[in-house]
Amino acid sequence: MAYVIPTRPDDESHHAPQSFWTRYVWSQDHKVIAVQYGCTAIAVGLVGLVLSNLMRLQLGFPGEFAFINAERYYQFVTMHGMIMVIYLLTALFLGGFGNYLIPLMVGARDMVFPYLNMLSFWFYLLSVVVLIASFFVPGGPTGAGWTLYPPQAILPGTPGHDWGIIVMLVSLLIFIVAATMGGLNYVTTVLQARCEGMTLLRMPLSVWGIFTATILALLAFPALFVSGVMMLFDKVLGTSFFMPSLVSMGQLSAHQGGSPLLFQHLFWFFGHPEVYIVALPAFGIVSDLISVHARKAIFGYRTMVWAIVAIGGLSFVVWAHHMFVSGMNPYFGFFFATSTLIIAVPTAIKVYNWLLTLWRGDIHLSVPMLFALAFMLTFLLGGLTGLFLGNVSVDIPLSGTYFVVAHFHMVMGVAPLLVVFGGIYHWFPKITGRMLDDRLGHLHFWVTFLGTYAIFFPMHYLGLLGMPRRYHHFTDYEFIPASAHAFNAWITVIALIVGAVQLVFVFNLLWSAFRGRKAGPNPWQAASLEWATPETPPAHGNWGRDLPVVHRWAYAYSVPGAPRDFIAQDAPSKDGGAEPAYGGSP
Amino acid sequence: MAIAVVLFIVVLASLLFHWLTPWWVTPLASNWGRMDQTLWITFLITGIFFAVVSLVLVWTLWRYRHRAGHKAAYEPDNPRLERWLIGITTVGIVGLLAPGLVVYADYVRPPKDALVLEVVGEQWQWRFRFEGADGRLGGTDARFISAENPFGLDPTDARGLDDILVSGNEVHMPLNRPVHVLARSNDVLHDFYVPPFRARMNIVPGQVSSFWFTPTVAGRYESMCAQLCGVGHPNMRGIVVVEPEPAFRAWLGQQGTFTAALAAAAAAKAKAPAGGNPLVDQGRALAGAKGCVACHSIDGRTIVGPTWKGLFGKMETMDDGTTARVDEDYLRNFIRNPTARSVKGYPPVMPKVELTDPELDALIAYIKALAPQ
Amino acid sequence: MNTSAVQLQAPDEATRERALSAGLWAFLVVVTSLFSLFLTAYVMRLSSPDATAVEMPRQLWISTSVLILGSLMMHRRQLNAGGACAMGFLVAQWWAWQALQAEHVVLTGNPAASFFYLLTALHGLHVAGGLVAWANVQASPTPGRIAMCARYWDYLLMLWIVLFAAFTWITPEVARVICGVSP
Repeated sequence: MAYVIPTRPDDESHHAPQSFWTRYVWSQDHKVIAVQYGCTAIAVGLVGLVLSNLMRLQLGFPGEFAFINAERYYQFVTMHGMIMVIYLLTALFLGGFGNYLIPLMVGARDMVFPYLNMLSFWFYLLSVVVLIASFFVPGGPTGAGWTLYPPQAILPGTPGHDWGIIVMLVSLLIFIVAATMGGLNYVTTVLQARCEGMTLLRMPLSVWGIFTATILALLAFPALFVSGVMMLFDKVLGTSFFMPSLVSMGQLSAHQGGSPLLFQHLFWFFGHPEVYIVALPAFGIVSDLISVHARKAIFGYRTMVWAIVAIGGLSFVVWAHHMFVSGMNPYFGFFFATSTLIIAVPTAIKVYNWLLTLWRGDIHLSVPMLFALAFMLTFLLGGLTGLFLGNVSVDIPLSGTYFVVAHFHMVMGVAPLLVVFGGIYHWFPKITGRMLDDRLGHLHFWVTFLGTYAIFFPMHYLGLLGMPRRYHHFTDYEFIPASAHAFNAWITVIALIVGAVQLVFVFNLLWSAFRGRKAGPNPWQAASLEWATPETPPAHGNWGRDLPVVHRWAYAYSVPGAPRDFIAQDAPSKDGGAEPAYGGSP
Repeated sequence: MAIAVVLFIVVLASLLFHWLTPWWVTPLASNWGRMDQTLWITFLITGIFFAVVSLVLVWTLWRYRHRAGHKAAYEPDNPRLERWLIGITTVGIVGLLAPGLVVYADYVRPPKDALVLEVVGEQWQWRFRFEGADGRLGGTDARFISAENPFGLDPTDARGLDDILVSGNEVHMPLNRPVHVLARSNDVLHDFYVPPFRARMNIVPGQVSSFWFTPTVAGRYESMCAQLCGVGHPNMRGIVVVEPEPAFRAWLGQQGTFTAALAAAAAAKAKAPAGGNPLVDQGRALAGAKGCVACHSIDGRTIVGPTWKGLFGKMETMDDGTTARVDEDYLRNFIRNPTARSVKGYPPVMPKVELTDPELDALIAYIKALAPQ
Repeated sequence: MNTSAVQLQAPDEATRERALSAGLWAFLVVVTSLFSLFLTAYVMRLSSPDATAVEMPRQLWISTSVLILGSLMMHRRQLNAGGACAMGFLVAQWWAWQALQAEHVVLTGNPAASFFYLLTALHGLHVAGGLVAWANVQASPTPGRIAMCARYWDYLLMLWIVLFAAFTWITPEVARVICGVSP
């Protein structure tokens, strides 16, 4: 990475960093912070990947690996889930993509609070360190499942009920502080630091997705904070927020009167928006990938913005679809099934609009486009299976089975992760000035897409059969045929292969950063503003002496009469390519 | 173009898999066929959307792939088309939701004349309770739970005295009669799940949750716990037997009542083994207080772990094939470090129980006393 | 491109303060979310049979008055007085805790008490955080930044009044009515 340092640095907020430490470690530059977030997230994601492979070894070949006993299995399950959802996907989309793209896409020099931005990364790193530390405390990490339900999470019988759960909760509280610091930055920058001409409705959908997800994060993470603090109090200080009167391992507990369902309501009030915190940036980014690589304006831009905002808003009123069989007041089921199925409408519109963007486009099958297409198929599937689970009476026999596991992996694990990969292949030349290797990219794509599809598509049917999730073994069940056990073994093999190919990706990242084919400033011929920086990679301050001025939206592709098939966002107004008129200025 | 071909194959293979899959819902054994019907409607509607959207995608990729001289159109939006698509989608959504809610309206209203069955979950076994002749279940509370009273019944509540108590993970129910399951937990969240019945519900300590169904096919069904409840979660298994009413009555008649259980506990206390040995007595008290008896019986039957009757002095085989004699050292090491070894035939789920050294001595003395000298 | 001559313009104070103000509003939204969720949990938990009302110690009237005074001082640009009042508030809250402890109202055993300690502690932490920002503002006390302190002080005052009202008026009996639980 080359950083050009002005010879006359100015005041502290735009002081170009000088030493190695201030340039690459204690940096307040959003681009450096983004890469720090990205590297940390990918590293911890690899840990999560290894954990999933260990789980699969036990499920595919039960009993063959004696060290994966029941305790460890549940610890792996829990840590895998928490790492992937929070420490990988959330951190990568908001802290990684958000930090890198927002200032560049809106024409700002940096985030509005660079010092706070830097702090947010170091708090995130601290939360990761604390999380990993739970492997080394007495009793090991918690094995309560990523959902951490009380009362079991803090009672004997569940691994890590002494120390692991405390360390996990502390790590989450630190992460929430980090996410809040970052979130304040992203929101304020989008609202305040857009360059001249960059109205909200001229921002690319990547920004809309990340911006809306950030608002969700600011409003929803407090619910996790509330439930985490109250569970910590129950464990460490003996309160009874969530702990009813009970007898555990022969001992009458000191707690009484608490409500385990209160925890679930709070957790899922956070947990459902959380999945949209992961999904909305993916929606935004994939819209841009499709548009750029099909040389066609995103179809229905305003509708896409409306859909992102509507999905964000609705995501706060669907949470109890995770609790249809929880034992809550059964009449809540009517409301939450209805709200959940309503949220399917704006989501479906987005799928149609991606398809309509491709329709009559000029589709270049680059590696980013391949990942975007695979996203469309896997998200279509994952979203449709959500309709099974959202419909309360269909959910009743399927809840707690592999149908749920297959659904959330497909819609949250596979689909957004494909967008992460696509986005990295797309913006890597911007970040480093070099292209990722194309052949390795194709290898990575095909194995990842086909492998994950082969794992999670058939898994839905194991759920229909009634195989419960979070089982360490399935020996001697009359209703489970031998084919299911054989399939479990096959999934394990495929999972190991998919896991191995991610190392190819990591190798590609590292090798290409130094030896990749040099890219020009705009190898994809994209119109959005981040490609128009004077330097590639962008220098500190991004834009040189003068901030850009923008005259159109970010999707002026294949405009009739234009000399090339795209018009940059900051090209002079006379070049045309204005966004469609909507009867009133945006 | 490989992507278009591959996507086409993947979509076709997915649809084919659906038709050929060896894994499908278990044969229905209850009245909730309408859940299965709603499932079918959902498959139909979502299947159509899946096939149409993905095949249009495949077609689009092929038709509009980049080639020399090909240009994209400029079509940034089409409000009319958007409105149509919203309309069609809404129709599809309503087509899914309406039947689902209609079925659910029945699910939340159990029939008045249903047979009441209480299911009690506890790490990691099931117990069951039926109303006695008085047609009422007795009150319960966690503070009454003990080794002699694992249901936690209030002994001063007259309604509970004739309640029929069933331990041992197996329950029977009569064919073609609605069952209203009242679910309770002594400790953590559980879920009583029998896939052929379709109906189920999480069990929450501190409250009673419920669901209902009518078993319509006689047979033996496997019940499972479906809410992660600790390391023994996959071991929390049971059997539900659905049989004609007369056979059910006969089985029910053989089960004990709360009154009988109280009497048996009193009698057992009266003729306790090695009476007068304070160390053994202390050990017996600890076995109850520390919850050992939840998993280890003293009468020879297997609950979760090995029975203590005749345990001391026997040769035990481990999972790895080695054998060991159960002497004082073996017991001491096992209790202090339960996950260090695993006995063949038993799940490795024993929790570490807090015991001082003198307490451990007493417990070992008690276990020793349960073996023939 | 030769960037050696490039000088990046620092944002002027007005732009910076606009950004800080927007950031502060966003933060207040987050804090509102946090305490709204806590209060919802409070009402739900208080509806169970094991909750009994806690009588509020009279020290809370003193702490409330001090906090009101603090807001007034901030609005009159009296930065030092405003900060001193915030510190005084924390001291009075601590005093209130001591008074409750003397009445054997402890953290465990009664959810009303548990929530009282938890929520006053969290509110107090936010006041302490405000004092950290206040110390920063001391370094460059522009009218804009003092106005933001005033806004934050007002917010914490309003939040405190809501909490105080909840502790006083949303008793277990009221919570049971709200949740539709029969007494």
